[in-house]
Amino acid sequence: MTDLLGAYRPGRSVLHRIPAGPKLGLLATYGAIAVALHGPASAVVLLVVSLALTLVAGMPVRRTLRQVRGLLVLAVVVAAFQTWQRGWPVAVHVVGDLLALVLAALVFTATTPVDDVLTAVERGLRPFRRLGVRPERVALAFSLVLRAIPGILETARETRAAAKARGLERSPRALLVPLAVRTVGRAYETGDALAARGLGDD
Amino acid sequence: MIELDQAAVTVETTDGPLVVLEPTTLTLDEPRVAVVGANGSGKSTLARLLNGLVEPTSGHVRVGGLDTVDEGPAVRRRVGFVFTNPDAQLVMPTCLEDVALSLRRTVRDKAARRARALEVLASVGLEAKADTSVHALSGGQKQMLALAGVLATDPDVLVADEPTTLLDLRNTRLVADRLLSLRQQLVLVTHDLDLAVRCDRALVVDAARVVFDGDPAEAVAHYRALVAAP
Amino acid sequence: MSTVSARRTSSTTDLALVATFAALIAVCAILPAINGVANVPFTLQMFGVFLAGSVLGARRGFLAVVLYLVVGTAGLPVFTQGSAGPAVWAGATGGYLLAFPLAAALVGFVATRVARRSPAVFVGAVSLAAAVATVAVVGTLGTLGMMRALDVSASVAWGFATPFFVADVVKGVLAAVVAASVLRAFPQLARR
Repeated sequence: MTDLLGAYRPGRSVLHRIPAGPKLGLLATYGAIAVALHGPASAVVLLVVSLALTLVAGMPVRRTLRQVRGLLVLAVVVAAFQTWQRGWPVAVHVVGDLLALVLAALVFTATTPVDDVLTAVERGLRPFRRLGVRPERVALAFSLVLRAIPGILETARETRAAAKARGLERSPRALLVPLAVRTVGRAYETGDALAARGLGDD
Repeated sequence: MIELDQAAVTVETTDGPLVVLEPTTLTLDEPRVAVVGANGSGKSTLARLLNGLVEPTSGHVRVGGLDTVDEGPAVRRRVGFVFTNPDAQLVMPTCLEDVALSLRRTVRDKAARRARALEVLASVGLEAKADTSVHALSGGQKQMLALAGVLATDPDVLVADEPTTLLDLRNTRLVADRLLSLRQQLVLVTHDLDLAVRCDRALVVDAARVVFDGDPAEAVAHYRALVAAP
Repeated sequence: MSTVSARRTSSTTDLALVATFAALIAVCAILPAINGVANVPFTLQMFGVFLAGSVLGARRGFLAVVLYLVVGTAGLPVFTQGSAGPAVWAGATGGYLLAFPLAAALVGFVATRVARRSPAVFVGAVSLAAAVATVAVVGTLGTLGMMRALDVSASVAWGFATPFFVADVVKGVLAAVVAASVLRAFPQLARR
């Protein structure tokens, strides 16, 4: 079963207390700064700042390392490649920026519940109502996705069991066609149910 | 009051047009009406005509004098609908949120909406599950929650399309007892003949036509004879 | 289960289809490999993206993929290997993600136009569209994203992307085959 809470870690740090919308803005600004600054020194400073943020957020070191395992492998490869091609200052700049940005983004995810982010997105869309964007519909769509995932996972498991029972577990078609057909059927039922409840008719 | 006036439904398929419901004229004003019939007989289509989810290809369907085609949204506010699979009807992650969603249009104040949602949950015996994840409910509880989501909109008519088919015996009873005790007019599409006989009137649908209309006990006898016939 | 019905193509059905496909892409991305090739993590994320386009058409397919990306960026672990959050955009793969909705739209544009043709024509045309989308859209944007994140030349980034093309083209064919079956089961999907 996927942990649908995601990487969010409840806590009381100052980072947890910044509302999702402004926090997303801060993260974007941080990214823009990282892109604007050049040279190895700034990259090292940014990386130190990001590491400090993970501490402030109270993120467990081991868990965070596990999250960036793939990235660290990539960082080593890129560092070696860039040192060979263009010298160590470029390597430090590139790898430092990359790690700093990813860590800052992980801090955001660890300190912000998914719900809060989605609510912030809905709020952020309100000014665009004039352009035909309907934030309530977007919010309803978010809820529908969250609701549908466990059901579809279960369908996937059932489909796999059914295919196995018929000795077809190696056939992607036997697994994926029923999954897709049942998912579409479910979508139609949901659409009917929404209409029947008077949701999204407006 | 529900009126079908020469209402017929034809759908286009890859093998040409298919008649799903022959022209049907009916007036339903009994408090509890059962619709029985085999799979694919047209009874689901009949049910879906009543709230405009399916529009008649010819003829008219009116609920409380409102035409389901011209006044679809108004009809759907009056006619609640409970589907077979509760999973597809439940939208929000928790029980309370799901019921509150139905109230979004009618109750503006958040606290009032929460209070009203709790009342509705209590009316189906789910008040203790308010903050429980919808996914963690049993099949019967899910169907009860789906019913609560519909009752929250305070409809005049409730249409239920095989609401107990996916439930076990005990849950079937719970859901059926609740449905049959509603103050709303109920149109109950069902395979469960024990439920059908508890209604005030029953229709038997076969091969896209209403072949019997009247007393539920007689309707059930008629349906049994139909199934037994070669 | 009712078989056919004269459903209206209503706005709520569209909303449900878009949201359900966003969830399906998420499930495809996090399901462990069903036909693992050696020990390469073989996810079906790209299959899900192509399927959304070929079943829903350009507009709804595009929206389904965007919705998937938004929910994942918000922190739901629905990207490959359970990753989530804005970090996916900061890493080397941001360009690929950006390409997904466009790939779905391109495949959907073609799929809608061949939906009423024979299954063989449909599968052929949609597979071809997915292959073109893989190289032209996903390859290009993925390369640009990698050039930006890793500060490498286009040829290096492109060289890194090409090994994935084969698997993605296969997933495109698989999506086309599955979509053909789905459209036979729900002909009303193609009604637009």
